[in-house]
Amino acid sequence: MRDLISIADLSREDVEAVLDRADSFAEVSQREIKKVPALRGKTVVTLFYEASTRTSSSFELAAKRLSADVVSVKSGGSAIEKGESLKDTVETLSAYGPAAIVIRHPAAGAARMLGNWVDAAVINAGDGMSQHPSQALLDLYTLRSRIGPLNGVKIWIVGDILHSRVARSNIQAFGLMGAEVTVAGPPTLIPPGIEELGCRVVYSLDQLDEADVVYLLRMQNERMEGNFIPSTREYARLFQVGDQRLGPRQLVMHPGPVNRGVEIASSVIDSDRSLIAEQVAAGLVVRMAIFYELLAGGESDRMAPEPLPTIGDPA
Amino acid sequence: MTAWPEEARPSEPEPLVQRAGDAADLLIQDAHLIDPGIGLDRRGDVIVRGGLIEEIAEPGSLEPEGVTEVIEAAGLHLFPAFFDPHVHLRTPGQEYKEDLETGTRAAAAGGYGGVLAMANTAPPVSDRGELEALRHRAGLDAVVPVGFLATLTRGMEGRDLVDMSELREVGAVGFTDDGLPIADAGVLARALQYQRMCGGTIALHEEDPALSGAGVMNEGTVSTRLGLRGIPSTSETVMIMRDAAIAGYEGGRIQIQHLSAAGSVEAVRRAKADGVDLHAEVTPHHLCLTDEAVIDLDASRHKMNPPLRTEADRLALIGGLLDGTIDCIATDHAPHALHEKEVPFEQAAMGVTGLETAFASLFTHLVVPGTVPLEVVVEKLGSGGRAFGIEPFRLAIGETANFCLVDLEASWVVGEDGFESRSSNSWCSGDELTGRVLTTVANGQVAWRLRSFTLEVA
Repeated sequence: MRDLISIADLSREDVEAVLDRADSFAEVSQREIKKVPALRGKTVVTLFYEASTRTSSSFELAAKRLSADVVSVKSGGSAIEKGESLKDTVETLSAYGPAAIVIRHPAAGAARMLGNWVDAAVINAGDGMSQHPSQALLDLYTLRSRIGPLNGVKIWIVGDILHSRVARSNIQAFGLMGAEVTVAGPPTLIPPGIEELGCRVVYSLDQLDEADVVYLLRMQNERMEGNFIPSTREYARLFQVGDQRLGPRQLVMHPGPVNRGVEIASSVIDSDRSLIAEQVAAGLVVRMAIFYELLAGGESDRMAPEPLPTIGDPA
Repeated sequence: MTAWPEEARPSEPEPLVQRAGDAADLLIQDAHLIDPGIGLDRRGDVIVRGGLIEEIAEPGSLEPEGVTEVIEAAGLHLFPAFFDPHVHLRTPGQEYKEDLETGTRAAAAGGYGGVLAMANTAPPVSDRGELEALRHRAGLDAVVPVGFLATLTRGMEGRDLVDMSELREVGAVGFTDDGLPIADAGVLARALQYQRMCGGTIALHEEDPALSGAGVMNEGTVSTRLGLRGIPSTSETVMIMRDAAIAGYEGGRIQIQHLSAAGSVEAVRRAKADGVDLHAEVTPHHLCLTDEAVIDLDASRHKMNPPLRTEADRLALIGGLLDGTIDCIATDHAPHALHEKEVPFEQAAMGVTGLETAFASLFTHLVVPGTVPLEVVVEKLGSGGRAFGIEPFRLAIGETANFCLVDLEASWVVGEDGFESRSSNSWCSGDELTGRVLTTVANGQVAWRLRSFTLEVA
């Protein structure tokens, strides 16, 4: 792996390498000193063109836990507000010689473009409605930690598939690891041909009891430019997942942020079957693992610090 | 042949304008002459004097007496020059993308003897002053003759009609809000009624804004996979159905621009069967590519409106071309600067250039594989003016010389030597194409010589 742009670029082995690495960092996270020197002397730039809480904070913290120098740029309050183009911004930041650039952008393909422009490893932290691969990887990690291998596991992704980059990444990621994926939602929120990504499509939750895992998506009001649903009331009546729809062994996931009372009932979020808090915790270790695999994986397996340069050494 | 009664026509100036130049005197020896419109398909010599085709005769039979140039053309083809009814020359206001000289140079390099420029400039061409200034400028800059359409509604705002009659008097070839649809059906109905008095074909960019939404490519499995908002083909088809019904009812003439979808071809076919006076264009890129090309997210090559559609749509367009449903091939040459294209796909400008590659792309993708006969491509590239009362050029004695000399064996890489256009957003950039225009004579003047060919001849 040189960049992390799309789940479609990854093999099962690539995914397993990241998840195994994340396991080792989970142990680090239990230590009192949670920092390792793997990326000391390296610079990581995070470039967020969209609002984000958990993704931006966990990428930043992950880089810091690995001892990287982190520069965080957000579109608000930067030259981006003055109309600077993506290419010019990236060229400016490239002057710092970053080892990795983490980018979130409202347009599909932005991360891939960046990958063509820069030498740094590019990590896609979400591009438009296209991909959100680190989310998919942390979801895989969360599930593997809870239920083991995904072969034959039935996963239902419920909600606004049309506008969701998480849906696209996760359909591919769950399928790659052997799960059977079903997407459910109103037809207005299911894009044509989504089956080609490797899933079945249904328009009701009638058979939800077959699901081992129910993965709920947020109703994304900021991406609803038309009347995709008659009302949130009708949506909730048809597709909200509450306790009465769930059996005792079914697990519930959600990439956040949740709309309590719309796609998910509050009581589910706070119940034992919810993996939502574990997903957030997994976000940190999986993103550490992504950095490590992209930036340090090829070099050495030990996490010992590299020798300090001798004073006076011109290098 | 005109669509409107003679008494309804204001006195019109010449529809096309070009800068003054020297009339050609040249002899073309032993070219393969093809003019499908008059059934010409033979080898022969062509002599041009004073810009007119003086004689066409057996190979080797004409003497180069008094001509300034002799072109040995054995193995080369001579076609009537092409005519593009749909180009964007970006003047006035966006000369950083293209101007009248670079745009017409690109046309000449593609074998064109005339083009019609769209009116969605900055500001749009909505009044007499703008149009007169533009035609004056073309008289200084245009390498091949250019005609200008005016907008149909003032400022392309979709509400008030421009002063159609006055604009016709000062040379508007037709009217179009191209780039935008006429969303309000009542506006189109009134324009077609008014057309009875002043003429001027109305060219229509067919798209229902409510269906297109914020789409950036064809709606389908590819848009789903890429996570891009889609434009359904119905967006185009329903507007063609609506406008064909209005034109049929009002009795006016419309040109349906850049068909892209199978349903649209069928809508045009039915309207023609019903006797509606409508003409239809298709672009080379819609004939050669599908939305699978968008997977590379290269906005410079593959983002345009209407978008590239599916293979079924592409085949239906070819079918429409072959059975006469589609009247002509138009490039919708739409130059954009690098900084407008080198951005994420969703944010990039719509449009690709096509003048310099139209023939070669169609020859490579459709003629060489045997999908479309060469004669059909030559004829459809030449017939774009018809809807506007401009007849195709002819390879015939006594006609003004309007032709292009083409090497069907030559392969070239698009953009390798740069572009004549100011912009490089060609949908075939970097592709290897077969078939190259070596020389173009437009309106009796030599408008284009491929440099390497010229050196070889010299």
